[in-house]
Amino acid sequence: MPKTNVQHIELTKARTGIRGLDDITNGGLPQGRGTLLAGGPGSGKTVLALQTLVSGAVNGEPGIFVAFEEDSARIIANAATFGWNLPALENKELFFLDTKPRPDVVCAGQFDLSSLLASLKAKADQMGAKRIVFDSIDVLLSLLDDPLAERRELFRLNDWLVSSRLTGIITCKNNDSCQSRLDYQDFMQYMVDCVIFLRHEVDNRVTHRTLRIVKYRGSGFYAGEVALSLGDSGAEVVSFPLSAPCESASTERISSGVARLDSMLGGGYYRGAAILLSGAPGTSKTTLCGSFVLAACERGEPSLFVGFDEPAHEIVRNLRSVGIDLGPHVASGLLHIQSIRSSLTGAEEHIGTLRNLIDTHQPRCFVIDPLSAIINCDSDASRRRMPEQLLALTKSAGVTLVCTSLLGGNDALNEATNIQVSTVADTWIHLSYNVLSGERNRALTIIKSRGTEHSNQVRELILNSDGITLADVYQAEGEVLMGTSRWQKEIAEKAAEELLQASVEHKRKELELAQAEVNARIEVLQREMAVKRGELEMLLATEANRLKLFERNRDELWSMRSGDDQKISSSS
Amino acid sequence: MLTTPPFLEPALKTTDEIFAFRLYVAGEAPNSILALRNLKSLCQSLYGDNYRIDVVDVLLSPERAWAEGVMVTPMVMRISPVPVIQIIGNLNNSDQALNALGVVMENRV
Repeated sequence: MPKTNVQHIELTKARTGIRGLDDITNGGLPQGRGTLLAGGPGSGKTVLALQTLVSGAVNGEPGIFVAFEEDSARIIANAATFGWNLPALENKELFFLDTKPRPDVVCAGQFDLSSLLASLKAKADQMGAKRIVFDSIDVLLSLLDDPLAERRELFRLNDWLVSSRLTGIITCKNNDSCQSRLDYQDFMQYMVDCVIFLRHEVDNRVTHRTLRIVKYRGSGFYAGEVALSLGDSGAEVVSFPLSAPCESASTERISSGVARLDSMLGGGYYRGAAILLSGAPGTSKTTLCGSFVLAACERGEPSLFVGFDEPAHEIVRNLRSVGIDLGPHVASGLLHIQSIRSSLTGAEEHIGTLRNLIDTHQPRCFVIDPLSAIINCDSDASRRRMPEQLLALTKSAGVTLVCTSLLGGNDALNEATNIQVSTVADTWIHLSYNVLSGERNRALTIIKSRGTEHSNQVRELILNSDGITLADVYQAEGEVLMGTSRWQKEIAEKAAEELLQASVEHKRKELELAQAEVNARIEVLQREMAVKRGELEMLLATEANRLKLFERNRDELWSMRSGDDQKISSSS
Repeated sequence: MLTTPPFLEPALKTTDEIFAFRLYVAGEAPNSILALRNLKSLCQSLYGDNYRIDVVDVLLSPERAWAEGVMVTPMVMRISPVPVIQIIGNLNNSDQALNALGVVMENRV
């Protein structure tokens, strides 16, 4: 068979092992090619590059780290804070080369990287390296001080990567204020197969790190900007697979923890749904969350309660005061309560934290109280993205999510603009308060509940030491009555009812009496009737006898007078 | 005309010290060849015959080069007299090279 000249080169990918990054790159960085990682100071370039190298080293792809900027000893020490044990990998699976130029080095004329690359190739062959990182190439390039020479060396580097079949990451500073570096940066972006930008900025006093794939030759990728978080175990990208797993919708209902609310919702929340509880401060949002979690724990379902800016033991104490005792479930490990400070990172980084919590605790029921704490402190853009990502997270995990949104006002219509969750949530319950006759009462309304029939009635929410109960509210002259007004109305209605019942009884007795009277009269008349009938019968009998007697007497008289046969016969 | 700055003069006058250089090259790369030529002519004009140049091919002994902190080529290291001075590049920029070697130029505009 003749050989074909055109070789079909399959694009293979090197997994970075960085959560989320492998998702948005559809599998990792281009294998045997170069990737440019550009970003400002503190944007996570070195961490991202090193993590990719370490993950390769652990999974049978040894790597070389060429440090132009930092001492390798310091890099190794810094990596220990992420729990990566580099000394154990060093020299066998990982090799660090310090190429930091001496501070007093003088450049007098052109130089090139050919010797460095040649010696690196020898080292790579010797240790079987598959990956290589050039950390901050610009330190070296800036010595050249010649755009043309800089381009030439970059080209040499990229060429070398491809010919050595090494997966390379080249980091480079990318400071918007520094115009002088733009020339070779532009060139580098055209040259390499994959370009990733990292950004680090402060918005509303909260630090955000973001990552964006600018280009990726021959591969699909997510082109939007995603959040990058540097956590305890390294870098993590807050994103989800390009094709989300399509799980079938559950028709199972689970209890909200409040029986009346379950019946208002036609049986409870759907399993796997997202439920939003919105309302002003003190409208029992947290207590409803507590009821939900308690019901979940009593069903034996592992649950997770994330409280922003409220310590776990305070949550337990406060809920105990309304008859919701989560203590035993926390002790048994069924329920995990995690307190997180909202202002530490941006909203999207929080999603990363929540994702890790879900992974660790594998809850079936999940509460975030309040969700608005992390959304309101953030920029508009991430406020839009964050709920979407959160719901993608809980839906893919099949977790039933109840989250609360704190509102300053009492107007439900305002919420749509305040929190985007309201548009994506499956069930939205609004809690408000009603001030009337010098008291404040809580009210509960179901604003929407997808896929379920639900009551349109406002209910009064009554909170006492036994938890939450829902009561009907009274409408009087266009106003909703709650609390003691409702109680007064209830008493008044009860009295009116009793009065009505009494008067009916009275009337009944009157009528019964009248009936009895009529009956008595009927009896008298009947007796009179009988008497009259007797009299009549007697009269008729007497008359008949009289007639019979008369005829007999007449015949006898005739015979006694010896009359002839010519009788004056009576016709009878 | 080239001359040494006043604070270096006593050292030059009192000793017959050899000026020792080590030049790291990458095989016969153009920049490496250029560097050797430039270094030779520079030394000739500065020190007459009172110098020595060792050439190290990094491609042949990469481990040594790494151990001595040599990453790019060509690179010149003045071993003696101390302090050690490092100059990278092909030395086409002689002003920079002379500055590094502690030589100042006179009669320059």
